[in-house]
Amino acid sequence: MVHGEAWTIKEFFVYPNEYIYWTIQIVMYPFMTGLVAGAFVLSSLYHVFGVKQLKEIARFSLVFSFALLPVAMMPLMLHLQQPQRGIEVMMTPHFTSAIAAFGIVFTTYAMIVASELWFVYRKYFVDTALELRQLGDKRTPVQNFRHLLYTVLTLGAWDVGEHALEKDEKAVKFLAGLGIPVACFLHGYAGFIFGSVKANALWMTPLMPVIFICSAVVSGIALCIITYVVTMELRKLIYAWQRRNKPYLPSTEELKSAELHVVTMTTKYLVMFLVLAITLELLDLIFRGYTAVKSWDILRKVIYEKDFTKIFILQYGFGNLLPFILLLLPRLTIRRAVAATLMVLVGVFMMRWNVVIGGQAFSASYSGFMEYVLPIWPHDMETFKEGFFGALMVLLTPYVLFYGLTKVMPVFGLKEDSH
Amino acid sequence: MINRRDFCKKALLVAGGLAIPLTALEIFNPRRLRAEKSGSGKVRWVFLVDTHKCVGCGLCVRACKIENEVPYDANVTRTWVERYVVTKDGKIHVDSPKGALDGFTSTKIDQGAEHPLEIRNEDIDKAFFVPKLCNQCDNPPCVQVCPVGATYQTEDGVVLVDRSWCIGCGYCIMGCPYGVRFFHPVHRVAEKCNFCYHRISKGMKSACVDACPFGARRIGNIKDPNDPVTKIIMTERVAILKEEYGTKPQVFYLGLSREVK
Repeated sequence: MVHGEAWTIKEFFVYPNEYIYWTIQIVMYPFMTGLVAGAFVLSSLYHVFGVKQLKEIARFSLVFSFALLPVAMMPLMLHLQQPQRGIEVMMTPHFTSAIAAFGIVFTTYAMIVASELWFVYRKYFVDTALELRQLGDKRTPVQNFRHLLYTVLTLGAWDVGEHALEKDEKAVKFLAGLGIPVACFLHGYAGFIFGSVKANALWMTPLMPVIFICSAVVSGIALCIITYVVTMELRKLIYAWQRRNKPYLPSTEELKSAELHVVTMTTKYLVMFLVLAITLELLDLIFRGYTAVKSWDILRKVIYEKDFTKIFILQYGFGNLLPFILLLLPRLTIRRAVAATLMVLVGVFMMRWNVVIGGQAFSASYSGFMEYVLPIWPHDMETFKEGFFGALMVLLTPYVLFYGLTKVMPVFGLKEDSH
Repeated sequence: MINRRDFCKKALLVAGGLAIPLTALEIFNPRRLRAEKSGSGKVRWVFLVDTHKCVGCGLCVRACKIENEVPYDANVTRTWVERYVVTKDGKIHVDSPKGALDGFTSTKIDQGAEHPLEIRNEDIDKAFFVPKLCNQCDNPPCVQVCPVGATYQTEDGVVLVDRSWCIGCGYCIMGCPYGVRFFHPVHRVAEKCNFCYHRISKGMKSACVDACPFGARRIGNIKDPNDPVTKIIMTERVAILKEEYGTKPQVFYLGLSREVK
């Protein structure tokens, strides 16, 4: 079986070698990197621009961004025909290719996020390590391991005096500021990968990187809101249960009002970026229709006929317009915010889908169409990797990583003076 | 406190130490590379297709598949033949069933998932065949986009793929406006027509040229003014495919019609 034949349906004249070669995993790739970049930008809004209302969610989204980071690479590895050679992109990059920059941009970004995290959590690492050290010989094996882990994590920087912490704060601010352009670059470059393919009429537009960045920020903020609310709900349950023994814990009402405050503030930024993203996307569409170059005949058929439901109903209607209204109606509740942000995530996912799959929905001969049938039940490795379950695996991994990370770097319940 | 002498010594040591791994890298001079690519060579392979002579028998496709070990029944091919049927109502019908591996055995137009289209002879204005293969572009987008440099252009203009280096990302397949690239079903790396490089570099013709009973396909060296193919390209009216992409294709067509995609 030829790669791509299992899920491609051809209609009318399509060149014999044309198939849907870039499938669900390539939809997942910009979607996941978008979440990484978006989550980071959200955390930077607090650290750099001092948006105090975002303090609570800032630390949270920074850790979440770090958890998402390795997952941005997963879909690429799952899609490669020779994944064992994937490392060559970093080892022998061919710099005329947009993909070759991946290694450099990605590692730079990873280092920035990791060092920012370290500065944010340094005091916590030192405090915990010292606390465990005091236990001396009474440490259990688990505590021994934690002691070792936190000692290593301090990297030998034990000074937690006022002066040192001030310096930490400055470093965080600097790194968060540096991280914003790098995060935008990381994602803008994912857009460039598509936007620079001159052979593809739907992809080729200089607006692509900008559209990608805007929708990335939208999706990143949306995912942070949802994950934040879910974690807060869990905390409420846990605290309600623990309060019997520890009456000093915050009450459910206190948590609820804090939660609503954070969510309302964050959704304002979400709406802002959403407006920007939609404006650019519509500009692109209008421009194509107005200039009506050679490819417009086939693009029009794909956009207004073949993919109408996916583009206008799922992406613009359900994914953009509806949540836009929901978020702007007065007296926002948590439930409504969550519903709206979930819709936004669907909208951004559909946007990625419509770009990646939509760009392959027509033949380069402009006289035929290709339809992608997502493999649900895998019958071999290929249909697993590039099918529903492969995508699901990519979608769930960040949560597993996030859970692991919060064991080492708790995002809630730190003392007030930390940032 | 470090004194000046020690500081200088240590600084030199560090600078020297850092320089050692750097020696592993070689700085290429782009001009030199370009000179090596286009200047010194005496050969630039080009292809000439005479569409008037093609009857759509598909012998070239068969010869190519066997010569280049692309599985015979796999629905991918390095070269193929397209059939164009223009009807009196101005509609253009195109097909290439299995790349015309078995020629065109039916008068019905293959439409993929749609039912084959029956066209009455009296409705036809004109009909013709167009063989397709890699254009070995002078400005190949596939070479530009390869993230690891596994696909490259030789001095004599042919674009090749290093099967031991290709990571199989498919970016080159996406980058080719002509749809000549695909994943090899056995080797699982990018695959394309290379003008039978193993043959032409030994003085033979490509398999499709040898297989064509009508002389519709010819291969030549555009740098040799006495080459018959060069003479035709230089003196007659030839056309290329999809000029608007700026790829500078090196497969020339005689009798190319505006309907050809």
